[in-house]
Amino acid sequence: MTYYISCDSAAVSIGANETADALARHTGADAVVRTGSRGFYWLEPLIEIEHDGARIGFGPVEAAEVPDLLAAVESGDFESHPRYVGDIDTLLRDQGQCRLTFARCGVIAPTDWEAYVAHGGSAGLRSALENSGQAIVDAVKESGLRGRGGAGFPTGIKWQTVHDQPATPKYIVCNADEGDSGTFADRMIMEGDPFTLLEGMAIAGVAVGAEHGYIYLRSEYPDAERALERAIEVAREQGMLGADVLGSGKAFDIEVRVGAGAYICGEETSLLESLEGKRGLVRFKPPLPAIQGFMGRPTVINNVISLSTVPAIMAQGAASYHDFGINKSRGTLTIQLCGNVARPGLYEMPFGVTLDHLINDIGGGSVSGRPVRTAQIGGPLGAYVPASHFDTPLGYEELAEKNAMIGHGGVVVFDDTVDMAQQARFAMEFCDIESCGKCTPCRVGSVRAQEVIDRIIEARDTDADITLLRELCDTMINGSLCAHGGMAPYPVLSALNHFPQDFGVAEPAETA
Amino acid sequence: MACYRLVPEWNTEITTVQKVENMARSNGEADSAVAEICARHAAEEGPVLPILHDVQAHFGYVPDAAIGEIAQALNLSRAEVYGVVTFYHDFHREPPRSHSLKVCRAEACQAVGGRDVWAAARTAADSGDADIDLEAVYCLGNCACAPSVQLDGRTIGRMNVERVSALFAAGGRAGAPS
Repeated sequence: MTYYISCDSAAVSIGANETADALARHTGADAVVRTGSRGFYWLEPLIEIEHDGARIGFGPVEAAEVPDLLAAVESGDFESHPRYVGDIDTLLRDQGQCRLTFARCGVIAPTDWEAYVAHGGSAGLRSALENSGQAIVDAVKESGLRGRGGAGFPTGIKWQTVHDQPATPKYIVCNADEGDSGTFADRMIMEGDPFTLLEGMAIAGVAVGAEHGYIYLRSEYPDAERALERAIEVAREQGMLGADVLGSGKAFDIEVRVGAGAYICGEETSLLESLEGKRGLVRFKPPLPAIQGFMGRPTVINNVISLSTVPAIMAQGAASYHDFGINKSRGTLTIQLCGNVARPGLYEMPFGVTLDHLINDIGGGSVSGRPVRTAQIGGPLGAYVPASHFDTPLGYEELAEKNAMIGHGGVVVFDDTVDMAQQARFAMEFCDIESCGKCTPCRVGSVRAQEVIDRIIEARDTDADITLLRELCDTMINGSLCAHGGMAPYPVLSALNHFPQDFGVAEPAETA
Repeated sequence: MACYRLVPEWNTEITTVQKVENMARSNGEADSAVAEICARHAAEEGPVLPILHDVQAHFGYVPDAAIGEIAQALNLSRAEVYGVVTFYHDFHREPPRSHSLKVCRAEACQAVGGRDVWAAARTAADSGDADIDLEAVYCLGNCACAPSVQLDGRTIGRMNVERVSALFAAGGRAGAPS
C-alpha cells in the first residue's frame, strides 16, 4: 500500500510533516509519497491511498490519529472511518472543478520525472516542437488564454509581438512574485508540479525564439525555490532544458532569481528593473517589455499560471481549452478561496461560476458561522464586492461591469464583523508601504488618503472629507504611473460606495 | 515609510562598542568573502540581487563595507548599490537577532483574526526581551491556512494570539504546529 501526503508548504504549516513522519514510522518510509497539495486546505493534512484504481482521501489527519487510520485501512473497512473523504476525483467533479493547469498537482511527487511523463507531462512541449513558432503563437491566441497575473492581456498577442521582433537575444521571464494577499496558486504549482511551469516556459522560448528564461520568485517562498531548483536540475538531466531541448536541436535554459521583499516587483517593468539588479522602480511604457524588456531586449513576461497552462493547451489543442468559460473569459480560472470561509482552497473551474455558488455552496459560507458581508476579489488592489452582488459570474468583463476585477483569482471572504473604513485605510497604508516612490499620486496620495480616512473615522467633518477622499482617489486612478497607485483606490471606493454606514454616512453614497 | 518594520528601532539598543566590534569583524572578513561572492556571480546578467542575498546569508546582514566592495567589483557607484540595498525590505544593514518572526498583516489573514495576532506580536516584542526580530509582511501565500507567520523561514498556519505570544515567551525556540 502506498500513502500519499502533501509536502506543500501550507499543508506543512498545519502539521503535514508530523503526520507524514508518523505514517513513515508505522509503514516504513518507502510506503509514503510526498506530493503537492490538492488544494483542499480544510482537509489538510490529507492522506490518500489507491483503491480499485481510485485515489481515496482521509482528512484532516493529525499525527496522533495515524495508527487508528492505518488499522482501518488495513482491515479494509475504511469507509466508516470519521476522516473518510472518499474518491478525490468524485469530490473534484462534484465541486465542478476542471483540473487542466493543476492536473498533476497533488497527484504525483513534484520532481518525479517518470511520474510527470506518465501523467501527460512534456506532451505539450513535444507537440510544440513539431510546429513552427508562428503555429504555437497562433494556438495560444486561439485558446483565448489571457494573462492570469491580473491584467488579463491576451497571452498569444504578447507572444506575437516578441516573435516578430528582429532583435536578439530574446528572453522569457516568469513573474513568480505572487504578492497579492489571498493568492497562492503560483506557490502551489511551483511546489507541487514545477515541471509544468518549466515546460510552459520552454514552449514560450521555442515559440518566440528565446533561449534564456528567468523565474523571478518572491523570497517569501523558500520551499518553491527548492522545488524549482531541483526540477531544473532534473529537467536538464532529462533533456527538457539545455542545449538540445528534447532532441530538437533548439536550446532553452532557465535560472531562478529570488526577489527581496518588494510587492511592487510584481509589476512587470519594476520586476525587470529588479532582475537587472536595480531598485524596483516602475518604468514608463512605452516601450513595452515585449519590445524592450530585460536588458532592453524583447521579453515575454508572463505570470506563473499563464505559462503553466500553455502545456495543456499545446497537448490537448487550443479548441478544447477555448471550449471552457464564458464570453471573452476562456478556459479555467484557478480560484483561490480564503479568508473567513469554511472550505478554503484552490478551485480550478471554468470561468462563469457565480460568487454566491463559490462562496456559499462550494466554500460552505463563513467559517465563523456569521453572515458573509463582502469578499475582496483580485488582491489588495481589488474591490470589495458586497454580498448583494454575489450573483456576478467570475469573468474579466463581468466583474469589470461592477467596478471590480478578477486579478489573480483570489477571493477573500469577510463576515459581518468587518469594519470597512478600517479595510479602506489599510488599502492605502499598504499602497504607501509598498509604493516604489517614482510617481507622486501613489507616493504622496496614499499617505494623504490615510490621513483623510483617519479624519473620517474620527467623524469631524465627514461630508467634506469624503468629497476630498473621492477627489484624491480620482487623482490616483488617473495620474499614477502603474496599477499600484492606479488601483489602490478601488478597495477604498468600493468600501465607501457599498458600505457608507461604516464611514459614518447614513445615506447610500453615489454608486460609481 | 515602513512604519511597522521594527528592526531599525530595536537595533538602536546596540551599544557603540558592539557596533565598532561588528564593523571591525565585518571589515576584516569582508575583503575576501565579498570578493569571492562577487566573482562567483560575475558571469550573470544583473548580478546585484544574487550577490546581496549571498552577502546577507554570509554575514547575517549587509555590512557597510560590503557596499563599497560590491560597487567596485561591478563597476557601479556606491550610491547605486546603496540604493538597491535600501529599496528592498529583505536586506538589513545591522546584525540580526537570533530569530526572525514575520507576521502577515494582509487581508486574508485579517479576515480570520490576523489583526489581533499582529497586535499581540507587537505587544510581546515591545514588552519582552525575546531574541526575535519582528517584521510585518504582506502575504506569505498561506492564505488558506491563515493567520500565518514565518519563524526563521518556516511558515506556521492557523496562528492565534495565544500561540504567537507563546512563541515570544519561548524565545523563538517553539512553534511546532499544534
